[in-house]
Amino acid sequence: MSSLHRTGLFGKGMLGFGYAFLYLPILILIIFSFNSSRISTVWSGFSFKWYIALFKDDAMLNAAWVSLKVAFASATVSVILATLAAMVLTRFRPFRGRTLFGALITAPLVMPEVVTALSLLLMFTTVSGFFGTSSKGMLSIFLAHVTFTMAFVTVVLSSRLAELDKSLEEAAMDLGANRVKVFFVITLPIIMPALVSGWLLAFTLSLDDVVIASFVSGPSATTLPMKIFSTVRLGPNPKINALASLLVMLVAQAAVIGWYIMQRQEKRRLRDIQLALKEG
Amino acid sequence: MNTLKRWLNTAKSHSRWAVISVPYLWMLLFFAVPFLIVLKISFAYQVVAIPPYTGLLELADQSVLMKLNLTNYLQLMVEDKYIDAYLNSIQIAGISTLLCLLIGYPMAYTIARLPPTSRNIALMLVILPSWISFLIRIYAWMGILQTNGLLNKLLLGIGIIDTPLRIMNTPLAAYIGIVYAYLPFMILPLYANLVKLDLRLLEAAYDLGARPWKAFLTITLPLSRRGIVAGCMLVMIPAVGEYVIPELLGGPSTRMIGRQLANEFFVAGNWPMASAVAIVMLLLLMVPILIFNHIQGKEMEGRLT
Repeated sequence: MSSLHRTGLFGKGMLGFGYAFLYLPILILIIFSFNSSRISTVWSGFSFKWYIALFKDDAMLNAAWVSLKVAFASATVSVILATLAAMVLTRFRPFRGRTLFGALITAPLVMPEVVTALSLLLMFTTVSGFFGTSSKGMLSIFLAHVTFTMAFVTVVLSSRLAELDKSLEEAAMDLGANRVKVFFVITLPIIMPALVSGWLLAFTLSLDDVVIASFVSGPSATTLPMKIFSTVRLGPNPKINALASLLVMLVAQAAVIGWYIMQRQEKRRLRDIQLALKEG
Repeated sequence: MNTLKRWLNTAKSHSRWAVISVPYLWMLLFFAVPFLIVLKISFAYQVVAIPPYTGLLELADQSVLMKLNLTNYLQLMVEDKYIDAYLNSIQIAGISTLLCLLIGYPMAYTIARLPPTSRNIALMLVILPSWISFLIRIYAWMGILQTNGLLNKLLLGIGIIDTPLRIMNTPLAAYIGIVYAYLPFMILPLYANLVKLDLRLLEAAYDLGARPWKAFLTITLPLSRRGIVAGCMLVMIPAVGEYVIPELLGGPSTRMIGRQLANEFFVAGNWPMASAVAIVMLLLLMVPILIFNHIQGKEMEGRLT
């Protein structure tokens, strides 16, 4: 048995190579954010000046603020719509148009970003031409982000709902609770962790998107990825390195916290099992 | 009493339809309708006006005429720049997918064979980079791949090359970017598949005298086929339509279809052509998706019989 667990030097080597490939570029990025030279590949001393320059860059800070607002709003609406969609897909009796419903909900997953972006842009321009107003800006980014993140959240929630033991809901219904009450008292608390991870997924997808936002947004709204994209198009820029390092540190912190919570939950679960075994 | 019951029943069915209609209407309005608009504009003529395309319906002599312009699609089939862009996209996405598989498979295999306690951390290390902004991760390679960048400095320093290599702004840089960005998408489904592999099968093969490589080729590889297909789809589909990576790393010589679409719209201002490019791109992507569905359907059949 133990010989089967050994993977040999080749596997370990490939794993090491893969991790190096994944992490070295990010590490280099962070190191050069402390470089005092403007040229991003020549090291000429340690300095915090690009961080200071970053916090003085109002356009960049504004863009970050726009991104956070859009991500927060679109993730929230997306989770609400996705919860409804997932309930329809997993709990509702078949109805006319269900096939189309399922296709519409999941199609954005395989749609290339540029196609989604182009189609939404064309629709927004058609509609604004119709009403004679300009609808481009933060609102269009928000609507576009809700639409494309909803598909991902629906997949997460549907799979959680599908594996959920239905007997709890049925028992509550037998005891006289109506569907709405069952949903809020039984279903919702159980799928809460999935809702939270769905919200986080939608939030990060929205924060990360550059293609859809740059298509549908007019000059009135610039998100952080749009700002980064237009800056780095002209070549490496140490201010972006500083921004990137801050983002990496944020993600690393979130990962450590998430890992800690997971670890604690696992310990608690093991203890519960042991207790249950003792009592039984 | 009866009327109350009936009233409650209708209220129930109304609320049921209310739950269905909210997400349904949203997706119709923001997904189906925009798509139909793209389809419609792809058959229009480009004109200098606002909006810069013609309508499909014309009222003439008390009859409604529908005019479908097919020249956009004909152009897509004969003009070199479009054919090149499509073929390049498929080639770049295909080779990148293969590279992801070659790097990702041994990684997923090794992680799946680690002791259970370190498996989660090893997997976490694979996922973690994809939490950092996609754009930032692509940007990280710009400083490395430049002609006066770190990779060239390193290679010159240890004397492998005499003159700096030109990698930035060539298709090679686009390959590196795509493999880097999409590698986790390959590893995850492969891992999920390989971790479920019944090790007793390998044990039996070893007992019967099979060499490790032979056991791998005849047992592990065929059993992980589903994971391979899923991973390849997850990498290939978004890679075909990739816009940011060829734009930032690939330079003008990397002509991919996503870029062609954006250029057609923003540079040439040709909305009908951009729409036609989008439609053909979708048709092109249907091929791998249908193959995937076909394989999955067959597996289901195989399991039932």
